[in-house]
Amino acid sequence: MKIVNVTHGSFYALGAYAASSITGALLAQGMPPSLSYAVLLGSALLVTLVVAPLIERGILRFMYAKDEVVILLITYALFLILEDVIKLVWGVNPYFIAEPYGLLGSFDVLDLTYPYYNLILVGVAIVCGAGLTWLLGSTRTGKLLVAVIHDTEISRAMGINVERMYLFTFTFGSLLAAIGGAFTAPTVSVVPGLGVEVIVLSFAVVVIGGLGSLPGAALGAVIVGLVRSATIHYLPQAELFVIYLVMAMVLAFRPRGLFSLAEARKI
Amino acid sequence: MSTDRTPRTLGLILAALLAFGQWLPQWTLFLVTIALAKGLVVLGLMILLRCGLVSFGQALYYCIGAYAAGLLGRLFGLSDVFTLMLAGMAAAALAAFALGFLLARYRSIFFGLLSLALSMILYGLLVKTEALGSSDGFHVLRTTLLGIRPADPWVRYAVLAAAAVAATAAALLVHRYLATPLGKLAPAIKDNEIRVEYMGASARHAIHVKYVIAAALAGLGGALAATTVGHIDPEMAYWTTSGEFIFIAILAGTGSVIAPFLGALVFGIIQTVAFDVSPNTWQMVLGSALLVVIVFLPNGLWSLFRRRKAA
Amino acid sequence: MAAILDARGLHKNFGAVTAASDINAAIEKDSVVGLIGTNGAGKTTFINMITGYLKPDRGRIHYEGRDITDLAPRDVTRIGICRSFQIPQLYASLTAFENMMIGIGVVLRNAGRGGFFSRGRPLVPGYDLPAEDVADSILQRFGLAEYRDRNAQVLPGGVRKLLDIALTLVAKPRLLLLDEPTSGVSAEEKFEIMEMIMQAVRAEGITVLFVEHDMEVVSRFAERVLAFYDGRIIADAAPGVALSDPEVKRFVIGGELRRLDEARAGTRA
Repeated sequence: MKIVNVTHGSFYALGAYAASSITGALLAQGMPPSLSYAVLLGSALLVTLVVAPLIERGILRFMYAKDEVVILLITYALFLILEDVIKLVWGVNPYFIAEPYGLLGSFDVLDLTYPYYNLILVGVAIVCGAGLTWLLGSTRTGKLLVAVIHDTEISRAMGINVERMYLFTFTFGSLLAAIGGAFTAPTVSVVPGLGVEVIVLSFAVVVIGGLGSLPGAALGAVIVGLVRSATIHYLPQAELFVIYLVMAMVLAFRPRGLFSLAEARKI
Repeated sequence: MSTDRTPRTLGLILAALLAFGQWLPQWTLFLVTIALAKGLVVLGLMILLRCGLVSFGQALYYCIGAYAAGLLGRLFGLSDVFTLMLAGMAAAALAAFALGFLLARYRSIFFGLLSLALSMILYGLLVKTEALGSSDGFHVLRTTLLGIRPADPWVRYAVLAAAAVAATAAALLVHRYLATPLGKLAPAIKDNEIRVEYMGASARHAIHVKYVIAAALAGLGGALAATTVGHIDPEMAYWTTSGEFIFIAILAGTGSVIAPFLGALVFGIIQTVAFDVSPNTWQMVLGSALLVVIVFLPNGLWSLFRRRKAA
Repeated sequence: MAAILDARGLHKNFGAVTAASDINAAIEKDSVVGLIGTNGAGKTTFINMITGYLKPDRGRIHYEGRDITDLAPRDVTRIGICRSFQIPQLYASLTAFENMMIGIGVVLRNAGRGGFFSRGRPLVPGYDLPAEDVADSILQRFGLAEYRDRNAQVLPGGVRKLLDIALTLVAKPRLLLLDEPTSGVSAEEKFEIMEMIMQAVRAEGITVLFVEHDMEVVSRFAERVLAFYDGRIIADAAPGVALSDPEVKRFVIGGELRRLDEARAGTRA
């Protein structure tokens, strides 16, 4: 959509908070833990469908004509506001739901113990990635979206409902963030500030992969994840900044990221 | 040609601060000095913004300036405010000169994120460096001014005086720079870089120069902030610090060299009041304020002054 | 007459597309040369290579005896070659006057004047007048004085074209490359505009290359014609000869005349 969206981090946090609070509440009321996975997904859906359209219709819709930097700052402002809204709604104490994670147990690979839950995380990621690729490439909606991204004026002239496309895109994108947060929630302690770290990492991933490229983002995420884990294991002192180092190095050699879209001739 | 009122206005503000500063309460002196320090950083940011470049990493040079000042104090016992400010400026400018070779090739979001990455790398390095106090940082020596060691109640005023002089000098120099051909190239670079190249100028060179100037100003501000607060820590290089500078830049607008200082002052007041009134929702207040400014005052607070001499 | 520009053996490929194939052309000083050819024939690529925006895969370009093949556009401009663009390249948020002033500022800076330490109003090299006067005089020469204080993005198409061309004169070029100077202008105005441009330009003794699709304009203003097709130069002669060349008729004019006939007969919308 050509907007750099800091609010994405907020949806990650919202997903995590909604998932942990709802799942926690339902578990306390006797819901069988095996259903918790569906609840995680459901909570993410719920919170996104409520908040995203509000933001897009209420504020963003009026801002698309502005400079891309201004839009970024607007999403940053919204992020700040949502951070405190989360604090107001859920309080500052950490949430923790262990059941979805612990239920599945773990298995041994070589001399490492690997939890089954992480396989679910990987699975969810793959499903989302594949789904998004299919959506953009093979469905009518997806193709319309690509058209809108390239040129809103012509798309409008051809009768595409650009406003509806934008609403859909923003909501869907936020949903992915919320799902990410919801499914990560069982593995961490959900506290304020969850959205902050993730958003900077996400930008690093997207920049490394190349803007606008889905395979790039996937590759970028894998690289970021592997580098981080390797660093924590072998060189813990570098953990905090190694990812930025990778980002700087990638940009130095591939100024537009690893996979970049072709550019039209200018003169 | 209309007369340029900026130097006169700057002179008046300087005179007022020096004259009346002695009667201001300590907390006001602190607030104004910090506003001057941050204003300096934002002045540099403004130079880049005019080219269409948003640096998410000015905190890098703010931090370098602060640590340079702190280290000179710790290692050599230097405590003169002006010396420390010059040192901060020089250290930052040197770093920017080197990094500028890389950064001047990038535009828009890539420039922003790369500058962010560089400042976060410094943050990470500092946090893991025990010798510099890791995440706790370290304290700064007691300030002296041109050889004199001010008595306790006068320290804040002395720092403010030094800050005011430095800020005014910086603002005047930048004002002059913006009137030179390279300075005026900014909107052209933002609008059409190809045309700039075809007119015989190198956009990359111009951006490199501006980047170094912006860094020098940030280093100056950082050294000043270190002296005022009395403490330095790696948080100064964190991305939220850069975010603050960008916030102030938007609040102020790019209309004049005076705008960043005005914006920094208003920001300081909002931040203090918001935090006092409701410590748990000050981020929300800040975010809302930012939204309001973007929507209703897209050219920042300074556009309120500009309207008076409307076409 | 000495050759001010000499292109030898230029080749340029973009993947499977051949934009230039063994281009050889020697341009004489003070001449006016028309470049014709259908879209995609390689005319703009030729200009882009001369001005350093593109580097040829093979071949060299010499200007006033000096090899300029590897120079960047800004260096090419500094040594005396300026160009205008098919799509006017202006600073959209600045006024016509400010557009001119930016260009003049760069010229001053390249001459070492008007910098941080200078005082007063420096004189623009080649004009010996202060910057503002030069800007106004060039705008005047192109009939743009009334648009002086209007933002470039709101200017009408023909005016944007003229401003784009006016900007090229700021650096006092000795060789001027005009890429479709009359495109986007109504048929009646084409001649007027070319007259205005040629008058402003020829008074300075500038060598001109211009890309043009209208054959009447070409016959009227060019002393020599280079016809491009599929990356090659298929004709190089005076307009009378070049335009009657059978290959040129087939590959270049044929297309143009057909479109002209269709337009007159009303078969094109």
